[in-house]
Amino acid sequence: MAREHFSIFSIMREAWRGHSGWTPTWRDAAPKPEYDVVIIGGGGHGLATAYYLARTFGITNVAVVEKGWIGGGNVGRNTTIVRSNYLLPGNIPFYELSMKLWEGLEQDINYNAMVSQRGVLNLYHSDSQRDAYVRRGNAMRLHGVDAELLDQAAVRRMVPFLNFDNARFPIHGGLLQRRGGTVRHDAVAWGYARAASLRGVDIIQNCEVTGFRRDSDRVIGVETSRGFIGAKQIGMAVAGNTSRVAAMAGLRLPIESHVLQAFVSESIKPFIDGVVTFGAGHFYISQSDKGGLVFGGDIDGYNSYAQRGNFPVVEDVCEGGMALMPRIGRIRLLRQWGGIMDMSMDGSPIIDRTPVAGLYLNAGWCYGGFKATPASGMCFAHLMARDEPHAVATAYRLNRFRTGHAIDEKGMGPQPNLH
Amino acid sequence: MRITCPYCGNRSLDEFLYHGDAEPQRPDATADNAMDAFVSYAFERTNPPGQHHELWYHEAGCHAWLVVTRHVSTHAISSVDIARDLAKARTPNTAGRA
Repeated sequence: MAREHFSIFSIMREAWRGHSGWTPTWRDAAPKPEYDVVIIGGGGHGLATAYYLARTFGITNVAVVEKGWIGGGNVGRNTTIVRSNYLLPGNIPFYELSMKLWEGLEQDINYNAMVSQRGVLNLYHSDSQRDAYVRRGNAMRLHGVDAELLDQAAVRRMVPFLNFDNARFPIHGGLLQRRGGTVRHDAVAWGYARAASLRGVDIIQNCEVTGFRRDSDRVIGVETSRGFIGAKQIGMAVAGNTSRVAAMAGLRLPIESHVLQAFVSESIKPFIDGVVTFGAGHFYISQSDKGGLVFGGDIDGYNSYAQRGNFPVVEDVCEGGMALMPRIGRIRLLRQWGGIMDMSMDGSPIIDRTPVAGLYLNAGWCYGGFKATPASGMCFAHLMARDEPHAVATAYRLNRFRTGHAIDEKGMGPQPNLH
Repeated sequence: MRITCPYCGNRSLDEFLYHGDAEPQRPDATADNAMDAFVSYAFERTNPPGQHHELWYHEAGCHAWLVVTRHVSTHAISSVDIARDLAKARTPNTAGRA
């Protein structure tokens, strides 16, 4: 059982001992008959929820059940970007809480998650797009979030190799959030798993939920591939498969599953300092600490549970990249993969109770779930511990579509493939 | 993934636009449960992991609306129908008004 405190001294000590003294990072538990809380889904959000339940709310009789292995889903499949540059009042405080939790995460969980606030730069290519970014930047600053509007000269100083004078999409400037950046995604899963495990949370892998057991209108546990596990409260954090799991409880949700592809190039010398996004298409890129360029674009745009996409989007992403920074054209692609996104009907998430007593829902993260991991865990833990929404997550209600309180950042209406 | 359009033949995905689940049908606005029915119609989806009936528009081709039956875990397409034919079959009294 991992008890050591990670520090420069523990690393030096192990270096002298030939790294023979490291122990498993978390405890691979077998299911007990009953828990106070069972979290379905051992991804970033599920593990963070378990951690904050234990740390912030003192609820330690908790199990995280995962059908595969932890960190094998979307927490290990994203492009690692963190930011809080949102526009709408329902979103900004939530994502800013997430950013603040990222900033203190490594000290909090005593784990090196490689939080790197290298800046997120969104480029604009027209006067109207600049105006939209002015509005967004002002909305952020009114909520106490950092935002800077850069003109073309300032962007040139930061990233001189972009295609500024493209005839169709010239780069006029950008909206910069310096506190944004990247975080090592796998380390987030491992770090939360370790910190939760140290506080007594059981992490149960290879344990697929196959049904819910009910007592009248209340859930009392989950049927799993490793037997029945009783629970006073059950939280679903299974983005990508939310509709499937919720259907076992008889729920039909405002969610479609879509595939998003991501790409990594061969390693090259450092040349992109921060995260840069193309405003005329959908393309975002950063460079990992290993040197690979990590980039992506739009979702494929059709329902999919297959963790792979199709060529038209590959082509579209590469065209976006070439329009933005032609110098990457000779770099070879190393890896490409897909992850399944919970696309909600307004592009915003859901953290709420369900109509089934004792069953709670954390879903609809679209393709922005990674940056939300700490706040999602905190708010979901708050909801289950106090049975009321966290102050920054009050807008993420399941019934907001019925009541007309959708949080539609892109203004696309109930068309999930356009968010 | 390629789609075989009944009019144009086997074509690249590039030519098509996706419009989502083809199952929801516009409810009767005068019914007592119209509110529930419209919330379900506009927002709630079954989102199955297997066979899925979905609307595609052949934008760079014949401009037909198609109902494609596709397995969303394998992307294998089992049938492609013309949406208008299905709509006429569903509501025969409006046939000829299309």
